[in-house]
Amino acid sequence: MSETTVSTNGWKPNPRAARRRSADHLATAFGMVMAGILVLVLASILWTLLSRGLAGLSAAAIMKPMGPPGSSSGLANAIVGSLIQTFLALLMATPLGLGCGIYLSEYGTSTNKFASCVRFVSDVLMSVPSILVGLFVYQVMVAPFGHFSALAGSVALAILAVPIIVRTTEDMLRLVPTSMREAGAALGATRWRVTLSLCLRSAKTGVLTGILLALARVSGETAPLLFTSLGNQNWSFSLNRPMASLPVTIYQYAGASYEDWVQLAWAGALLVTMGVLAINIAVRVSARRG
Amino acid sequence: MTLATATQPTEARDKAGVSHSGSRRSGPDTAFHLLVAASALLVLVVLGGLVVLMGVGGSQAFRTFGLGFAFRDVWNPVADQYGAWAPLFGTIVSTLIGVIIALPLAFGTAFWLTAMAPPRIAAIVGTAVQLLAAVPSIIFGMWGFFTIVPFMARTVQPFLTHHFKHVPGIRFIIHGAPFGTGLMTAGLVLAVMIAPFMTAVMRDVFAAMPNMLRESAYGLGATRWDVMWKVVVPWSRSGMIGAIVLGMGRALGETMAVTFVIGNVTAVGWSLFAPRSTVASLIALQFPESPAGSLRLSSLLALGFILMLLSFASLALARMLRGDTK
Repeated sequence: MSETTVSTNGWKPNPRAARRRSADHLATAFGMVMAGILVLVLASILWTLLSRGLAGLSAAAIMKPMGPPGSSSGLANAIVGSLIQTFLALLMATPLGLGCGIYLSEYGTSTNKFASCVRFVSDVLMSVPSILVGLFVYQVMVAPFGHFSALAGSVALAILAVPIIVRTTEDMLRLVPTSMREAGAALGATRWRVTLSLCLRSAKTGVLTGILLALARVSGETAPLLFTSLGNQNWSFSLNRPMASLPVTIYQYAGASYEDWVQLAWAGALLVTMGVLAINIAVRVSARRG
Repeated sequence: MTLATATQPTEARDKAGVSHSGSRRSGPDTAFHLLVAASALLVLVVLGGLVVLMGVGGSQAFRTFGLGFAFRDVWNPVADQYGAWAPLFGTIVSTLIGVIIALPLAFGTAFWLTAMAPPRIAAIVGTAVQLLAAVPSIIFGMWGFFTIVPFMARTVQPFLTHHFKHVPGIRFIIHGAPFGTGLMTAGLVLAVMIAPFMTAVMRDVFAAMPNMLRESAYGLGATRWDVMWKVVVPWSRSGMIGAIVLGMGRALGETMAVTFVIGNVTAVGWSLFAPRSTVASLIALQFPESPAGSLRLSSLLALGFILMLLSFASLALARMLRGDTK
C-alpha cells in the first residue's frame, strides 16, 4: 500500500482516489483471507478423512462382514448393502425421472398449469430435508408391514434421486434445437419417436450426467435410511429384511466407544467420499469432453 | 450448479406448430403422452403424500397440545408432555449462526474467484469448492465430532470462560460446562458445509453478469472493489439472496452433520455453548425408540411437519427473490 505522492507534471494526489485504493486493498485482502480459510478448512476435512481412513482401511475391512468389537470384522456386508440399495433406487428413479422430465420439456408449455405445478413440486422435493423422506417412507412402507426392509430404504433413496433426474432431463431436452424436432416431424415420425429417438438421443450425455449426479447424491445419504432399511450386522440379501449400508454403519460406529469400530467408521467414510467424488469427477471430465 | 432453466424453446416450438395437435394424435402417441404425464403425476402424489402423512401423523399432537405445540417449551417423554419450542429454537439459532459465518466466507471466496484469482488457480479452487459441495453431510458430522468438538471443549470454551466470565451481556452466551457440543459447534459445522454450496451459486451469479457492464466500470477507472460493490452486487442482489436462502434451507433440514455435534439435550437457553437439539436431530435420535401410535411418535411427526413448512417457506422465498431477475 505505497501511496506515491510524487507530482511531476502538475498531477496532484486525489484523497478520494487514495481512499478508494485502500478500500480496494482491504477488500482484496478480505477476499484472499476468506478463500484461504475456506480452502484450509476443506483441506483439513480431506486430510482428517485420508489420514484416519487409510489407517483403518485394510483387506479385512473390505472383505469381512461386520462383527462384535474386538473381533477382526469389516464392512463387506455394508458395502454390498449400499450397492444393492443405491442400484435399486436408481432402477426405480430413472424411468420415473425421465418420464417426468420428458413430460415437462415436451408437453409442459408455459400455459400448462399442471406442468408448472409439477415443476414446482419437483423443486420442493429437491430441497425437502432427507430425514422427512425417511419418515414418510417409514409410514408408508415400514409401519403397515411391521418390519424394516431394504426395499423401503431403496424407495426413500429413489424419492431423493427423482427430482435431480427430472431437473437435468428437462434442462437437457430443452437444449435440443427445435429444428431437430421439426426435421423429425417432417419425415413423418410420430411425436413419441421424435422424443425418444431424436431428442433423448441427442441429449443422452446430459441426461446420463443427471442420473450419475443423482447416484452421487444418494449414495452418501444416511438420514432416509435410518428408519427404513435400519442396518444389519449380518449378511442379508433379502429385500424384505433390514439391510446394512455404509452411511448408517458409519453413523453407528463413529459414536461407539470401541477403537476398532471408530477405525472402521473412518474407513467407511473414506470409501463413501471417494466414491462420491469419483462419480463427480467422472461427470466433469465427460462434460468437458462432450 | 449449472442447471439453469430455459423457458423459451418450448413456447417457440409450440408457436411454430411443430407439435402434432392434440386431436390428431395416433394411438402410441396418446399412450406415450399418458405414460409421461402419469410419471409427472406420481411425483406430485409423492410430495402430496409426504405433506399429508406428516400432518395426519402429527394431528394427535396438535389435538392434544393445540397449535401452541410449536411454542411449548417442554419435551418430557416420562411425563408424556411434548412441545416443539426447544428443537425449533435449536434449529433456527444453529441455522442463523451457520449462515452468518458462511456468508462472508462464501462472498469473499466468490469475489476472489471471479475478480482476482489467476485463471488457472481459480479453475482449480472453483472445482475443489464444487466437489466439496458434493461431500456427504455425514462426513462433515464426523469431522466436526472428532475435530471441532475437542477444539471447542479444550481451547475455545476455557478461553472464553476465563476472559469473559464476568462481562455482563456476554456471560450468558458462553455459560455452560465445556462439553464442546452445542449451538456454536453445530453452527460452525453447518457453515463449513453450506459455504462451498453458497460459493458455487454466488460464483455462477457473478459470472452471469454481462462483461460489458464490468468493462465499462473498469474503463471509468473503478477499482476491483468498486466494480464488485457498486456494479456486480447490485446487479446480482436477488441471486445472492437466493444463494443465501438456499444455503439456509440446507442448514435447516440437516440431520447427520448436526446430530454428531449438537449434544442432544432438549432445552432452551441463550448459551451458545451448552448442548441443545434441533428438529432433525431429535427426530433421528428419538424416532427409533418411540412406539407406534404413541403421543411421542405423533409429536415427532408434528415436528417433521413444522420442519417441512420451514423448508417450504425458505424455498418459496428463494424462488420469489430469484424470480425478479428473470
